[in-house]
Amino acid sequence: MPDNGKLKLGLYWAASCGGCEIAIVELREKILIVDQVADILFWPVAMDFKYKDVEAMPDGHIDVCLFNGAIRTSENEHLAHLMRRKSKVLVAFGSCAYEGGIPGLANLFDRQSIFERAYLESPSTDNPQGILPQTSYQAPEGEIHIPKFYNTVKTLGQVEDVDYYLPGCPPQPHQIWAVIEAILSGNLPPKGSVVGANDKTVCDECKHTREEKRIKKFYRIHEIIPDTTQCLFDQGLICAGPATRGGCGALCPQVNMPCRGCYGPAPHQIDQGAALLSAVSSVVAADTEEEAARIVGEIADPIGTFYRFSLPSSLLHRVRLG
Amino acid sequence: MSDNGKFEPRIVGFVCNWCTYAAADTAGISRLQQPPNVDVVRVMCSGRVDPVFILKAFAEGADGVIVSGCHPPGDCHYNSGNYKTFRRMPLIERLLEQYGIEKGRFHWGWISGAEAPKWAQLTRDFTEQVRNLGPLNWKRMFASKEE
Repeated sequence: MPDNGKLKLGLYWAASCGGCEIAIVELREKILIVDQVADILFWPVAMDFKYKDVEAMPDGHIDVCLFNGAIRTSENEHLAHLMRRKSKVLVAFGSCAYEGGIPGLANLFDRQSIFERAYLESPSTDNPQGILPQTSYQAPEGEIHIPKFYNTVKTLGQVEDVDYYLPGCPPQPHQIWAVIEAILSGNLPPKGSVVGANDKTVCDECKHTREEKRIKKFYRIHEIIPDTTQCLFDQGLICAGPATRGGCGALCPQVNMPCRGCYGPAPHQIDQGAALLSAVSSVVAADTEEEAARIVGEIADPIGTFYRFSLPSSLLHRVRLG
Repeated sequence: MSDNGKFEPRIVGFVCNWCTYAAADTAGISRLQQPPNVDVVRVMCSGRVDPVFILKAFAEGADGVIVSGCHPPGDCHYNSGNYKTFRRMPLIERLLEQYGIEKGRFHWGWISGAEAPKWAQLTRDFTEQVRNLGPLNWKRMFASKEE
Protein backbone atom coordinates (compact mmCIF):
# COMPACT_ATOMS: atom_id res chain seq x y z
CA MET A 1 0.00 0.00 0.00
CA PRO A 2 1.25 3.51 -0.77
CA ASP A 3 1.93 6.27 1.74
CA ASN A 4 -1.56 7.70 1.47
CA GLY A 5 -3.06 4.28 2.12
CA LYS A 6 -4.48 4.04 -1.38
CA LEU A 7 -4.16 1.06 -3.70
CA LYS A 8 -1.88 1.72 -6.66
CA LEU A 9 -3.72 0.56 -9.76
CA GLY A 10 -2.50 0.16 -13.33
CA LEU A 11 -4.62 -0.64 -16.37
CA TYR A 12 -3.36 -1.52 -19.80
CA TRP A 13 -4.85 -2.57 -23.11
CA ALA A 14 -2.90 -4.72 -25.55
CA ALA A 15 -4.61 -6.29 -28.62
CA SER A 16 -8.17 -5.49 -27.62
CA CYS A 17 -11.23 -3.56 -28.71
CA GLY A 18 -11.68 -1.23 -25.75
CA GLY A 19 -14.71 -3.11 -24.45
CA CYS A 20 -12.89 -4.05 -21.25
CA GLU A 21 -12.31 -0.39 -20.49
CA ILE A 22 -16.00 0.27 -21.10
CA ALA A 23 -16.77 -2.52 -18.63
CA ILE A 24 -14.75 -0.65 -16.00
CA VAL A 25 -16.62 2.56 -16.73
CA GLU A 26 -19.79 0.44 -16.42
CA LEU A 27 -19.06 0.25 -12.70
CA ARG A 28 -20.94 3.57 -12.86
CA GLU A 29 -21.09 5.41 -9.52
CA LYS A 30 -18.81 2.78 -7.99
CA ILE A 31 -16.00 4.17 -10.14
CA LEU A 32 -15.99 7.05 -7.62
CA ILE A 33 -15.31 4.54 -4.87
CA VAL A 34 -12.45 3.16 -6.97
CA ASP A 35 -11.12 6.72 -7.17
CA GLN A 36 -11.38 7.09 -3.38
CA VAL A 37 -9.55 3.91 -2.56
CA ALA A 38 -7.09 3.70 -5.45
CA ASP A 39 -4.58 5.87 -7.24
CA ILE A 40 -4.55 5.10 -10.95
CA LEU A 41 -0.91 5.24 -12.00
CA PHE A 42 -1.29 4.07 -15.59
CA TRP A 43 -4.33 3.89 -17.86
CA PRO A 44 -3.42 4.97 -21.39
CA VAL A 45 -6.94 4.66 -22.78
CA ALA A 46 -8.38 7.16 -20.30
CA MET A 47 -5.56 9.39 -19.08
CA ASP A 48 -2.33 10.81 -20.41
CA PHE A 49 0.43 8.46 -19.31
CA LYS A 50 3.60 7.56 -21.15
CA TYR A 51 5.42 4.25 -21.13
CA LYS A 52 8.47 6.06 -19.74
CA ASP A 53 6.39 7.04 -16.67
CA VAL A 54 5.99 3.34 -15.92
CA GLU A 55 9.61 2.55 -16.77
CA ALA A 56 10.71 5.16 -14.21
CA MET A 57 8.80 3.43 -11.39
CA PRO A 58 10.64 1.08 -9.05
CA ASP A 59 9.91 -2.61 -9.66
CA GLY A 60 6.74 -3.80 -7.93
CA HIS A 61 5.55 -0.22 -7.46
CA ILE A 62 2.03 -0.86 -8.79
CA ASP A 63 -0.11 -2.98 -6.45
CA VAL A 64 -2.48 -4.39 -9.05
CA CYS A 65 -2.37 -4.25 -12.85
CA LEU A 66 -5.52 -5.12 -14.79
CA PHE A 67 -4.13 -6.10 -18.19
CA ASN A 68 -6.62 -6.61 -21.01
CA GLY A 69 -6.00 -7.62 -24.60
CA ALA A 70 -4.10 -10.40 -26.31
CA ILE A 71 -0.42 -10.37 -27.27
CA ARG A 72 -0.36 -9.63 -30.98
CA THR A 73 2.67 -7.34 -31.48
CA SER A 74 6.11 -6.86 -30.00
CA GLU A 75 4.75 -3.75 -28.28
CA ASN A 76 2.07 -5.83 -26.52
CA GLU A 77 4.73 -8.27 -25.37
CA HIS A 78 7.08 -5.51 -24.22
CA LEU A 79 4.29 -4.00 -22.12
CA ALA A 80 3.38 -7.42 -20.72
CA HIS A 81 6.96 -7.81 -19.43
CA LEU A 82 7.06 -4.21 -18.21
CA MET A 83 3.76 -4.38 -16.34
CA ARG A 84 4.75 -7.70 -14.80
CA ARG A 85 7.96 -6.19 -13.50
CA LYS A 86 6.30 -3.08 -12.11
CA SER A 87 3.25 -4.80 -10.57
CA LYS A 88 2.85 -6.92 -7.46
CA VAL A 89 -0.29 -8.58 -8.84
CA LEU A 90 -0.90 -9.03 -12.57
CA VAL A 91 -4.46 -9.83 -13.60
CA ALA A 92 -5.29 -11.12 -17.10
CA PHE A 93 -8.42 -9.05 -17.51
CA GLY A 94 -11.03 -10.18 -20.03
CA SER A 95 -11.20 -12.96 -22.61
CA CYS A 96 -8.35 -11.68 -24.81
CA ALA A 97 -5.73 -11.57 -22.07
CA TYR A 98 -7.07 -14.80 -20.55
CA GLU A 99 -7.63 -17.01 -23.61
CA GLY A 100 -6.75 -14.96 -26.71
CA GLY A 101 -10.28 -13.79 -27.47
CA ILE A 102 -11.60 -12.61 -30.80
CA PRO A 103 -8.17 -11.31 -31.94
CA GLY A 104 -7.00 -14.88 -31.39
CA LEU A 105 -9.05 -16.02 -34.38
CA ALA A 106 -6.21 -14.48 -36.41
CA ASN A 107 -4.44 -17.74 -35.57
CA LEU A 108 -6.50 -19.23 -38.40
CA PHE A 109 -4.10 -17.29 -40.66
CA ASP A 110 -0.54 -15.99 -40.56
CA ARG A 111 1.07 -12.56 -40.80
CA GLN A 112 1.58 -12.70 -44.55
CA SER A 113 -2.01 -13.60 -45.42
CA ILE A 114 -3.39 -11.06 -42.92
CA PHE A 115 -1.22 -8.31 -44.43
CA GLU A 116 -2.25 -9.26 -47.94
CA ARG A 117 -5.91 -9.23 -47.04
CA ALA A 118 -5.82 -6.01 -45.01
CA TYR A 119 -3.41 -3.95 -47.12
CA LEU A 120 -3.83 -5.30 -50.64
CA GLU A 121 -7.01 -7.28 -51.30
CA SER A 122 -9.82 -5.79 -49.24
CA PRO A 123 -12.27 -3.86 -51.48
CA SER A 124 -11.87 -0.64 -49.50
CA THR A 125 -8.08 -0.59 -49.83
CA ASP A 126 -6.28 1.72 -52.23
CA ASN A 127 -2.60 0.78 -52.15
CA PRO A 128 -1.25 0.86 -55.71
CA GLN A 129 2.37 0.55 -54.61
CA GLY A 130 1.57 -2.52 -52.52
CA ILE A 131 3.13 -1.12 -49.36
CA LEU A 132 3.05 -3.45 -46.37
CA PRO A 133 3.93 -2.49 -42.78
CA GLN A 134 7.69 -2.49 -42.09
CA THR A 135 9.23 -2.55 -38.64
CA SER A 136 11.60 0.23 -39.59
CA TYR A 137 11.49 2.96 -42.20
CA GLN A 138 14.01 5.59 -43.22
CA ALA A 139 12.08 8.87 -43.33
CA PRO A 140 13.79 12.17 -44.23
CA GLU A 141 13.52 13.16 -40.57
CA GLY A 142 15.15 9.97 -39.34
CA GLU A 143 14.47 6.28 -38.83
CA ILE A 144 10.98 5.34 -37.70
CA HIS A 145 10.18 2.09 -35.87
CA ILE A 146 6.86 0.39 -35.43
CA PRO A 147 6.18 -2.78 -33.45
CA LYS A 148 6.52 -6.18 -35.09
CA PHE A 149 3.27 -7.92 -35.96
CA TYR A 150 3.51 -11.55 -34.83
CA ASN A 151 2.41 -14.59 -36.81
CA THR A 152 0.64 -15.96 -33.78
CA VAL A 153 -1.61 -14.28 -31.23
CA LYS A 154 -0.76 -15.33 -27.69
CA THR A 155 -2.44 -14.97 -24.33
CA LEU A 156 -0.92 -12.90 -21.55
CA GLY A 157 -0.25 -16.11 -19.63
CA GLN A 158 1.79 -17.48 -22.53
CA VAL A 159 4.33 -14.64 -22.33
CA GLU A 160 4.26 -13.69 -18.66
CA ASP A 161 3.58 -15.00 -15.21
CA VAL A 162 -0.06 -14.16 -14.41
CA ASP A 163 -1.52 -14.08 -10.90
CA TYR A 164 -5.24 -14.12 -11.67
CA TYR A 165 -7.52 -14.57 -14.66
CA LEU A 166 -10.72 -12.56 -14.93
CA PRO A 167 -12.76 -13.86 -17.89
CA GLY A 168 -15.44 -12.27 -20.01
CA CYS A 169 -15.93 -10.34 -23.21
CA PRO A 170 -16.22 -8.04 -21.46
CA PRO A 171 -16.09 -9.06 -17.78
CA GLN A 172 -19.39 -8.25 -16.14
CA PRO A 173 -19.20 -5.09 -13.99
CA HIS A 174 -20.61 -6.80 -10.88
CA GLN A 175 -17.85 -9.40 -11.20
CA ILE A 176 -15.18 -6.72 -11.65
CA TRP A 177 -16.50 -5.05 -8.53
CA ALA A 178 -16.39 -8.31 -6.59
CA VAL A 179 -12.74 -8.73 -7.59
CA ILE A 180 -11.86 -5.15 -6.64
CA GLU A 181 -13.48 -5.73 -3.24
CA ALA A 182 -11.52 -8.95 -2.82
CA ILE A 183 -8.30 -7.11 -3.67
CA LEU A 184 -9.06 -4.31 -1.19
CA SER A 185 -9.88 -6.73 1.60
CA GLY A 186 -6.82 -8.83 0.78
CA ASN A 187 -9.15 -11.82 0.53
CA LEU A 188 -7.68 -13.29 -2.64
CA PRO A 189 -7.77 -16.92 -3.78
CA PRO A 190 -4.58 -18.89 -4.55
CA LYS A 191 -2.40 -17.63 -7.38
CA GLY A 192 -3.45 -18.85 -10.82
CA SER A 193 -7.16 -18.87 -9.97
CA VAL A 194 -9.92 -17.71 -12.26
CA VAL A 195 -11.67 -14.87 -10.42
CA GLY A 196 -14.87 -12.96 -11.13
CA ALA A 197 -16.68 -16.08 -12.29
CA ASN A 198 -18.11 -19.21 -10.72
CA ASP A 199 -17.36 -22.92 -10.84
CA LYS A 200 -20.41 -23.94 -12.85
CA THR A 201 -21.32 -23.70 -16.51
CA VAL A 202 -23.46 -21.13 -18.27
CA CYS A 203 -26.19 -23.81 -18.55
CA ASP A 204 -26.45 -23.82 -14.76
CA GLU A 205 -27.38 -20.15 -14.83
CA CYS A 206 -29.63 -20.34 -17.88
CA LYS A 207 -33.39 -20.16 -17.35
CA HIS A 208 -34.41 -21.92 -20.57
CA THR A 209 -36.11 -25.30 -20.23
CA ARG A 210 -33.96 -28.24 -21.19
CA GLU A 211 -35.20 -31.53 -22.55
CA GLU A 212 -33.45 -34.44 -24.17
CA LYS A 213 -31.63 -33.16 -27.22
CA ARG A 214 -32.08 -34.93 -30.56
CA ILE A 215 -30.80 -32.70 -33.32
CA LYS A 216 -31.44 -33.50 -36.99
CA LYS A 217 -30.25 -30.14 -38.27
CA PHE A 218 -28.07 -27.41 -36.81
CA TYR A 219 -29.05 -23.83 -37.54
CA ARG A 220 -27.11 -20.61 -37.60
CA ILE A 221 -28.61 -17.71 -35.67
CA HIS A 222 -29.98 -15.92 -38.71
CA GLU A 223 -31.81 -19.00 -39.97
CA ILE A 224 -34.50 -19.42 -37.29
CA ILE A 225 -36.40 -17.39 -34.71
CA PRO A 226 -35.99 -19.51 -31.59
CA ASP A 227 -38.65 -20.21 -29.00
CA THR A 228 -37.93 -17.97 -26.03
CA THR A 229 -38.43 -20.53 -23.26
CA GLN A 230 -36.84 -23.67 -24.72
CA CYS A 231 -33.15 -24.47 -24.50
CA LEU A 232 -31.51 -22.95 -27.58
CA PHE A 233 -29.33 -26.01 -28.02
CA ASP A 234 -32.49 -28.19 -28.08
CA GLN A 235 -33.63 -26.06 -31.00
CA GLY A 236 -30.52 -26.76 -33.06
CA LEU A 237 -28.57 -23.59 -32.33
CA ILE A 238 -24.98 -24.25 -31.30
CA CYS A 239 -24.80 -22.78 -27.81
CA ALA A 240 -21.46 -22.84 -26.00
CA GLY A 241 -23.22 -22.92 -22.61
CA PRO A 242 -22.36 -26.55 -21.74
CA ALA A 243 -18.63 -25.93 -22.32
CA THR A 244 -18.36 -22.46 -20.83
CA ARG A 245 -17.68 -21.23 -17.31
CA GLY A 246 -20.56 -19.42 -15.66
CA GLY A 247 -20.49 -16.10 -13.91
CA CYS A 248 -22.06 -13.84 -16.50
CA GLY A 249 -25.61 -14.75 -15.48
CA ALA A 250 -26.30 -16.36 -18.87
CA LEU A 251 -26.83 -12.93 -20.38
CA CYS A 252 -26.80 -13.99 -24.03
CA PRO A 253 -29.22 -16.96 -23.82
CA GLN A 254 -31.52 -14.71 -21.81
CA VAL A 255 -32.03 -12.63 -24.95
CA ASN A 256 -32.12 -15.72 -27.20
CA MET A 257 -28.57 -15.39 -28.42
CA PRO A 258 -26.71 -18.70 -27.98
CA CYS A 259 -23.76 -18.49 -25.60
CA ARG A 260 -20.62 -17.60 -27.53
CA GLY A 261 -18.26 -18.97 -24.92
CA CYS A 262 -16.47 -15.81 -23.76
CA TYR A 263 -16.02 -16.90 -20.12
CA GLY A 264 -13.66 -19.62 -21.28
CA PRO A 265 -13.54 -23.34 -20.53
CA ALA A 266 -15.68 -24.66 -17.73
CA PRO A 267 -13.72 -25.69 -14.61
CA HIS A 268 -11.47 -28.73 -15.12
CA GLN A 269 -11.70 -28.58 -18.91
CA ILE A 270 -8.44 -28.13 -20.74
CA ASP A 271 -9.80 -27.36 -24.19
CA GLN A 272 -13.08 -25.52 -24.52
CA GLY A 273 -13.52 -26.26 -28.22
CA ALA A 274 -13.04 -30.00 -27.72
CA ALA A 275 -15.64 -29.96 -24.95
CA LEU A 276 -18.12 -28.08 -27.10
CA LEU A 277 -17.43 -30.36 -30.05
CA SER A 278 -18.22 -33.33 -27.82
CA ALA A 279 -21.43 -31.71 -26.59
CA VAL A 280 -22.52 -30.91 -30.14
CA SER A 281 -21.82 -34.34 -31.56
CA SER A 282 -23.50 -36.10 -28.65
CA VAL A 283 -26.87 -34.60 -29.55
CA VAL A 284 -26.78 -35.57 -33.22
CA ALA A 285 -29.80 -37.75 -33.93
CA ALA A 286 -28.26 -40.07 -36.49
CA ASP A 287 -28.39 -43.85 -36.58
CA THR A 288 -26.08 -44.33 -39.54
CA GLU A 289 -22.60 -43.08 -40.26
CA GLU A 290 -23.75 -41.33 -43.43
CA GLU A 291 -26.49 -39.42 -41.66
CA ALA A 292 -24.14 -38.34 -38.85
CA ALA A 293 -21.55 -37.13 -41.34
CA ARG A 294 -24.22 -35.18 -43.24
CA ILE A 295 -25.62 -33.47 -40.11
CA VAL A 296 -22.24 -32.41 -38.69
CA GLY A 297 -21.02 -31.59 -42.20
CA GLU A 298 -23.44 -28.68 -42.27
CA ILE A 299 -21.75 -26.95 -39.32
CA ALA A 300 -19.90 -23.98 -40.79
CA ASP A 301 -16.38 -23.12 -39.61
CA PRO A 302 -15.76 -25.63 -36.77
CA ILE A 303 -12.77 -23.77 -35.28
CA GLY A 304 -14.51 -20.41 -35.39
CA THR A 305 -17.60 -21.92 -33.79
CA PHE A 306 -16.01 -24.06 -31.10
CA TYR A 307 -13.00 -21.85 -30.31
CA ARG A 308 -14.52 -18.42 -30.86
CA PHE A 309 -12.63 -16.96 -27.89
CA SER A 310 -10.08 -19.60 -27.00
CA LEU A 311 -8.01 -20.58 -30.05
CA PRO A 312 -4.63 -19.27 -28.75
CA SER A 313 -5.10 -21.04 -25.40
CA SER A 314 -6.36 -24.28 -26.98
CA LEU A 315 -4.23 -27.42 -27.16
CA LEU A 316 -3.11 -26.73 -30.73
CA HIS A 317 -2.96 -22.88 -30.36
CA ARG A 318 -3.25 -22.12 -34.07
CA VAL A 319 -3.60 -23.63 -37.53
CA ARG A 320 -0.53 -25.17 -39.02
CA LEU A 321 2.15 -22.97 -40.50
CA GLY A 322 3.71 -24.15 -43.75
CA MET B 1 13.52 -40.38 -35.93
CA SER B 2 15.23 -43.72 -35.76
CA ASP B 3 18.97 -44.12 -35.15
CA ASN B 4 19.78 -44.15 -38.87
CA GLY B 5 18.10 -40.76 -39.34
CA LYS B 6 15.16 -42.19 -41.26
CA PHE B 7 11.78 -40.73 -40.26
CA GLU B 8 9.81 -43.15 -38.11
CA PRO B 9 6.26 -41.91 -37.55
CA ARG B 10 4.89 -41.90 -34.02
CA ILE B 11 1.28 -43.03 -34.10
CA VAL B 12 -1.19 -43.20 -31.22
CA GLY B 13 -3.97 -45.78 -31.52
CA PHE B 14 -7.00 -45.47 -29.26
CA VAL B 15 -8.70 -48.85 -29.38
CA CYS B 16 -11.69 -50.22 -27.51
CA ASN B 17 -11.25 -52.97 -24.98
CA TRP B 18 -13.82 -55.32 -26.46
CA CYS B 19 -13.17 -55.40 -30.20
CA THR B 20 -10.11 -53.66 -31.62
CA TYR B 21 -7.88 -54.28 -28.64
CA ALA B 22 -8.80 -57.95 -28.80
CA ALA B 23 -7.92 -57.88 -32.51
CA ALA B 24 -4.58 -56.18 -31.80
CA ASP B 25 -3.86 -58.69 -29.06
CA THR B 26 -4.69 -61.60 -31.33
CA ALA B 27 -2.56 -60.09 -34.10
CA GLY B 28 0.38 -60.10 -31.71
CA ILE B 29 -0.21 -63.62 -30.45
CA SER B 30 -0.61 -64.81 -34.05
CA ARG B 31 2.71 -63.15 -34.91
CA LEU B 32 1.22 -61.12 -37.72
CA GLN B 33 3.77 -58.72 -39.13
CA GLN B 34 3.24 -55.19 -37.76
CA PRO B 35 5.41 -52.07 -37.60
CA PRO B 36 6.31 -50.92 -34.08
CA ASN B 37 5.12 -47.36 -34.77
CA VAL B 38 1.63 -47.60 -33.29
CA ASP B 39 1.41 -46.96 -29.55
CA VAL B 40 -1.81 -48.61 -28.50
CA VAL B 41 -3.91 -46.95 -25.81
CA ARG B 42 -6.69 -49.22 -24.60
CA VAL B 43 -9.93 -47.48 -23.69
CA MET B 44 -13.12 -49.16 -22.56
CA CYS B 45 -15.09 -47.89 -25.56
CA SER B 46 -14.36 -45.90 -28.72
CA GLY B 47 -17.27 -43.69 -27.64
CA ARG B 48 -15.15 -42.74 -24.65
CA VAL B 49 -12.46 -41.15 -26.81
CA ASP B 50 -12.65 -37.50 -25.89
CA PRO B 51 -11.60 -35.11 -28.69
CA VAL B 52 -9.01 -33.84 -26.19
CA PHE B 53 -7.18 -37.20 -26.47
CA ILE B 54 -6.73 -36.72 -30.20
CA LEU B 55 -5.81 -33.05 -30.07
CA LYS B 56 -3.37 -33.64 -27.24
CA ALA B 57 -1.72 -36.50 -29.11
CA PHE B 58 -1.07 -34.24 -32.10
CA ALA B 59 -0.06 -31.30 -29.89
CA GLU B 60 2.50 -33.40 -28.05
CA GLY B 61 4.21 -34.98 -31.00
CA ALA B 62 2.09 -37.67 -32.64
CA ASP B 63 2.35 -37.81 -36.42
CA GLY B 64 -0.86 -39.80 -36.76
CA VAL B 65 -3.83 -40.98 -34.69
CA ILE B 66 -6.06 -44.05 -34.99
CA VAL B 67 -9.42 -44.52 -33.28
CA SER B 68 -11.00 -47.94 -33.67
CA GLY B 69 -13.93 -49.71 -32.04
CA CYS B 70 -16.66 -52.29 -32.55
CA HIS B 71 -18.66 -52.44 -35.78
CA PRO B 72 -22.01 -50.65 -35.74
CA PRO B 73 -24.83 -51.25 -35.42
CA GLY B 74 -24.74 -54.27 -33.17
CA ASP B 75 -21.20 -55.14 -32.06
CA CYS B 76 -20.76 -52.59 -29.26
CA HIS B 77 -20.38 -54.10 -25.82
CA TYR B 78 -22.37 -51.14 -24.46
CA ASN B 79 -24.97 -51.24 -27.27
CA SER B 80 -24.54 -47.68 -28.50
CA GLY B 81 -21.01 -46.52 -27.65
CA ASN B 82 -19.94 -46.78 -31.28
CA TYR B 83 -22.87 -44.53 -32.24
CA LYS B 84 -21.21 -41.82 -30.16
CA THR B 85 -18.02 -42.51 -32.05
CA PHE B 86 -19.49 -42.12 -35.51
CA ARG B 87 -21.34 -38.95 -34.49
CA ARG B 88 -18.19 -37.39 -33.09
CA MET B 89 -15.40 -38.47 -35.45
CA PRO B 90 -16.63 -36.77 -38.66
CA LEU B 91 -16.64 -33.46 -36.80
CA ILE B 92 -13.14 -34.06 -35.42
CA GLU B 93 -12.06 -34.92 -38.95
CA ARG B 94 -13.31 -31.54 -40.16
CA LEU B 95 -11.71 -29.75 -37.22
CA LEU B 96 -8.31 -31.33 -37.87
CA GLU B 97 -8.53 -30.45 -41.54
CA GLN B 98 -9.19 -26.82 -40.63
CA TYR B 99 -6.15 -26.92 -38.34
CA GLY B 100 -4.11 -27.95 -41.37
CA ILE B 101 -3.57 -31.55 -40.27
CA GLU B 102 -3.86 -33.72 -43.38
CA LYS B 103 -6.70 -36.22 -43.63
CA GLY B 104 -4.17 -39.02 -43.94
CA ARG B 105 -2.93 -38.48 -40.39
CA PHE B 106 -6.22 -39.45 -38.78
CA HIS B 107 -8.02 -42.73 -39.20
CA TRP B 108 -11.15 -43.91 -37.46
CA GLY B 109 -13.12 -47.07 -38.08
CA TRP B 110 -14.13 -50.50 -36.90
CA ILE B 111 -12.20 -53.72 -36.29
CA SER B 112 -13.87 -56.60 -34.49
CA GLY B 113 -12.17 -59.07 -32.18
CA ALA B 114 -12.12 -61.58 -35.02
CA GLU B 115 -10.31 -59.27 -37.44
CA ALA B 116 -6.69 -59.51 -36.30
CA PRO B 117 -5.35 -59.51 -39.89
CA LYS B 118 -7.31 -56.32 -40.59
CA TRP B 119 -5.60 -54.63 -37.60
CA ALA B 120 -2.18 -55.76 -38.76
CA GLN B 121 -2.94 -54.50 -42.27
CA LEU B 122 -4.15 -51.15 -40.91
CA THR B 123 -0.99 -50.60 -38.87
CA ARG B 124 1.15 -51.37 -41.93
CA ASP B 125 -0.83 -49.21 -44.37
CA PHE B 126 -1.38 -46.32 -41.98
CA THR B 127 2.27 -46.21 -40.90
CA GLU B 128 3.33 -46.04 -44.56
CA GLN B 129 0.78 -43.36 -45.28
CA VAL B 130 1.95 -41.19 -42.36
CA ARG B 131 5.58 -41.88 -43.24
CA ASN B 132 4.92 -40.45 -46.70
CA LEU B 133 3.30 -37.35 -45.20
CA GLY B 134 6.42 -36.74 -43.14
CA PRO B 135 6.82 -35.46 -39.58
CA LEU B 136 4.10 -33.21 -38.16
CA ASN B 137 6.24 -31.63 -35.41
CA TRP B 138 3.40 -29.54 -34.02
CA LYS B 139 5.32 -28.37 -30.96
CA ARG B 140 8.40 -27.38 -32.90
CA MET B 141 6.29 -25.60 -35.52
CA PHE B 142 4.66 -23.55 -32.79
CA ALA B 143 7.94 -22.73 -31.10
CA SER B 144 9.99 -21.86 -34.17
CA LYS B 145 7.60 -19.87 -36.34
CA GLU B 146 5.39 -18.17 -33.82
CA GLU B 147 6.81 -14.70 -34.24
